[in-house]
Amino acid sequence: MSITVNSHPALAGRDLSADAARNAGHPMIETRGLNLYYGPSQALKHISLKVPERVVTAFIGPSGCGKSTLLRCFNRMNDLIDNVRLEGQVLVGGQEIYDPEIDVIELRKRVGMVFQRSNPFPKTIFENVAYGLRLLGVKSKSDLQDRVEKSLRQAALWEEVQDRLHASALGLSGGQQQRLCIARAIAIEPGILLMDEPASALDPIATGKIEELILALKQDFTIVIVTHNMQQAARISDFTAFFYLGELVEYGRTITLFTNPSIKQTEEYVTGRFG
Amino acid sequence: MSNPVFNPIPPRRLDPVSLCFTGLTGLATVLILAILGVILANIVYHGGANFSWGFFTGGTAQDMFDVGKSGVLPMIAGTAARVILMSLFVIPAGVITAVYLTEYARSSSLHTRIIRGAVNNLAGVPSIVFGLFGLGFFINFLGQRLDAWLLPGAAEPVWGKPAILWASLTLAVMTLPVVIVATEESLRAIPQGLREASLALGATKLQTVWRIVLPQALPGILTGGILAISRAAGEVAPILFTGAAYYMARLPQSLTDQFMDLGYHVFILSTQSPNIDKTRPILYATVMVLLLLTFALNLVAILIRARIRTRMRAAH
Repeated sequence: MSITVNSHPALAGRDLSADAARNAGHPMIETRGLNLYYGPSQALKHISLKVPERVVTAFIGPSGCGKSTLLRCFNRMNDLIDNVRLEGQVLVGGQEIYDPEIDVIELRKRVGMVFQRSNPFPKTIFENVAYGLRLLGVKSKSDLQDRVEKSLRQAALWEEVQDRLHASALGLSGGQQQRLCIARAIAIEPGILLMDEPASALDPIATGKIEELILALKQDFTIVIVTHNMQQAARISDFTAFFYLGELVEYGRTITLFTNPSIKQTEEYVTGRFG
Repeated sequence: MSNPVFNPIPPRRLDPVSLCFTGLTGLATVLILAILGVILANIVYHGGANFSWGFFTGGTAQDMFDVGKSGVLPMIAGTAARVILMSLFVIPAGVITAVYLTEYARSSSLHTRIIRGAVNNLAGVPSIVFGLFGLGFFINFLGQRLDAWLLPGAAEPVWGKPAILWASLTLAVMTLPVVIVATEESLRAIPQGLREASLALGATKLQTVWRIVLPQALPGILTGGILAISRAAGEVAPILFTGAAYYMARLPQSLTDQFMDLGYHVFILSTQSPNIDKTRPILYATVMVLLLLTFALNLVAILIRARIRTRMRAAH
């Protein structure tokens, strides 16, 4: 069965994504009636969805549909942009994160992010991974070394870089840089990992490695991934949400959404007839 | 329908207009280089003759206008000291302002635009106006109040008179726009993705600026420092009323001492000498020293910058 949430006023009350959450643990992230505006234009329209714990949830949809904007609500990266206005609720781990009492710095330590363009710091490989740990106050050299190694192993990068931990991260290939960014994000052990088209700038082999990595990481992390690549969403995600023009059109189990979507627009998009 | 015809490519033609333009640009370049060459050759030819160890290390104890008896050590020391002191003021102030403008302030807000406008206007103020400002603000306002507060009832003013401190501060105000603009440019060249990566890891804005942004901007900041030094080393007008001395028997010992200055000394030699023929060789040599000192200060800053760049590329 496919689960749909439609922002159409007539359907606004029907929050069927609760069903999705019931199928796979507690909701880790939840939005309720989320509207987001860039100045006068509305980028997200009445989004209500629940992201279950320790699964991979994919956000798909054509460019400008609001999927990256929504992702950036979950760690409040949209705060960095002027003239952003938000209505509704965003709950992470049951807490309203736009509550003025919430410390956004602490939120971001619990909700990691990997960006579309790999952005390693112009520091050594070691220092890139250690950066977040140092912010947490880890000082002991052996602690740092242990946790850097653990993160690089988790990100399937250790074998390739163990001999040059103190060489510049900028000397790595594009795919290695992106895995380094993943290692950097998971080093501080956030519960949630947000990925904004993490493989869109990579070749198929590097993309394959990232996808394997995501599947391995979902044992420990709740992962939300924005992707343009429908095959990728089908391969790695458990749940998929389809967005169009700022609205959540359909949300449900990936297999249902791809094989038996209940809304015609979804079907046309996933089969490549529009988008 | 017949096959499309590929017309033969015609031979190259000489376009007289572009030829003229190329010639003109070349001529302009040659002209600039020629002017620079004539100035430098003239100075080195006349000035080099009077170069001696004694000229570098000597003071002006005997007769500052008489060749063979005069030296420039006090002026070298004074100019170098005021430029270095100025750097200590202007680089932190300029960098902090630039960080505020690019990292903290909303670029569209009215008060950011006002600050930017003020910085640009500051760059266009004639240097003699800075000199008068320094006299009015630093010496008459700040200095006299310091005297009244720290040394009430003293017969002689300590702070409320021209001093190397006030001259350096005046120069710092004058060169502030140079440092701000250079730093702002290097801050803007840093990819936004690096800031986002740091913030997404739970870094505060201050941590991001301190650990990621400023280290990246360091070469640009030093470029600003170099430009400020180049501008300030040869300036005379801002220090005329704020600290430069016509003659001093000793080197400056404290921040409240006046100092002798190479640029001001050139002015004195060329206007106050009783016998211009006897003074001319010293004048040339002093100008040459001023140029060398400016080049040397620049060179040091450029070497530091180059070192940092290599270190950033290699070790980071």
